[in-house]
Amino acid sequence: MGRLDDLKETPSQTAGPYVHIGLTPNKLGNAGVYPVDLGESPIRDGAQGEAVTITGTVRDGAGMILRDALIEIWQADADGIYPGNDPRGAADPNVTGWARIIADFDSGEWLLNTIKPGRVPYPDGRSMAPHISVWVVARGINLGLQTRIYFEDEDNSACPVLARIEQPERRETLIARQTGPGHYRFDIVLQGDGETVFFDI
Amino acid sequence: MTQDSPHPRNSVDRGALYPRDRDWHPAAYTPGYKTSVTRAPSRPLVALGSTLSEETGPAFGQNAIGDLDNNLILNFTGQPAIGERIILHGRVVDENGRGIPNVLVEIWQANAGGRYRHKKDGYLAPLDPNFAGCGRCLTAWDGSYEFLTVRPGAYPWPNDVNSWRPMHVHFSVFGTGFGQRLITQCYFQGDPLIDLCPIVKTIGQRKAIESLVAPLDMNRAIPMDCLAYQFDIVLRGRRQSVFENRMEGM
Repeated sequence: MGRLDDLKETPSQTAGPYVHIGLTPNKLGNAGVYPVDLGESPIRDGAQGEAVTITGTVRDGAGMILRDALIEIWQADADGIYPGNDPRGAADPNVTGWARIIADFDSGEWLLNTIKPGRVPYPDGRSMAPHISVWVVARGINLGLQTRIYFEDEDNSACPVLARIEQPERRETLIARQTGPGHYRFDIVLQGDGETVFFDI
Repeated sequence: MTQDSPHPRNSVDRGALYPRDRDWHPAAYTPGYKTSVTRAPSRPLVALGSTLSEETGPAFGQNAIGDLDNNLILNFTGQPAIGERIILHGRVVDENGRGIPNVLVEIWQANAGGRYRHKKDGYLAPLDPNFAGCGRCLTAWDGSYEFLTVRPGAYPWPNDVNSWRPMHVHFSVFGTGFGQRLITQCYFQGDPLIDLCPIVKTIGQRKAIESLVAPLDMNRAIPMDCLAYQFDIVLRGRRQSVFENRMEGM
């Protein structure tokens, strides 16, 4: 007899082409319901740490840049503590850690202004290199895709998560490239050459 | 005004996440839904147990939410939207059946004629001047949530020559960990378009499809006012972390 208290997770469905109506109505131009969109920034003024700007696109298997992608990010503060429910204690009060970003309706470029997170422990106690968790949804994506942004100018060699990726060249798809002081580029490729590593987490 | 005054969490909000059953969810590559063909990764996902990065997640405070945010009939202009008035309600629970309080539920939908208030929607059915089609709320102590809205209309879309989406409401749900993040769609009991829809059919298992169909709930309907539908949402469960955090000597 099966256990009565084990339920199945609600199955996912695509966010569809009109995800902005619900999640970023002001950026869409539907002002009047919410004063501001949620997730404008993962930091407030006064957040400790190195300021970084990350830009990128989301590209499909035909090389086309998505204009309808929505990305959410989640990150730790400069000391590697997550806001809210981190069992190790309280994070920097000026780091909320979460942001919601949409691709520009014309160019498909997205942009994130934040601080570089600190190292976070892996379950076995080893440390994960500084990273930002990323969740991508869009029309045509049936279940949100989970990936991570790492940084070119950090020591990523001992990260237990990157080490889980068998082919070393695929690890490179998770490394944001520095384009100037504090500026990085991170393009997400859904399919084909240079396909970004996505995780089953 | 993003997250603020997060609610205190306890140990059930902290354990490792149960793995996702990816045979239950739709696959990435589902050629009947044409857009998925070029947007599905061709390489296998890299399997990883959850880490602190997925077991933690954003929290939202009540003062991020306005009084009318869960009332789609009135929250755009204050004048009532046109359509079939319904309460859409349910509970957000985890796979262990525990209600998840204080988590954000956001919805969006077309109006009663199947038209979205979005610059990319050119369907000939008109906009309703009093309907924006978005709502949000936080779950109560027992994980329950409630919206007042109009039932959305079906609409055509360019997949096959004559594809029509069933009536549906998009749901975006947060748990207590970023790895529980979920977007899905709620359908309505008895809609004959459900079985014809290429997006519904991205889900392989009949029982999984049925779990997205909200039944009519006459007990919650308000006589002479509105009907009700119930849509319960299950997020990934968490392991009890007692064995990982066991005390010295155990």
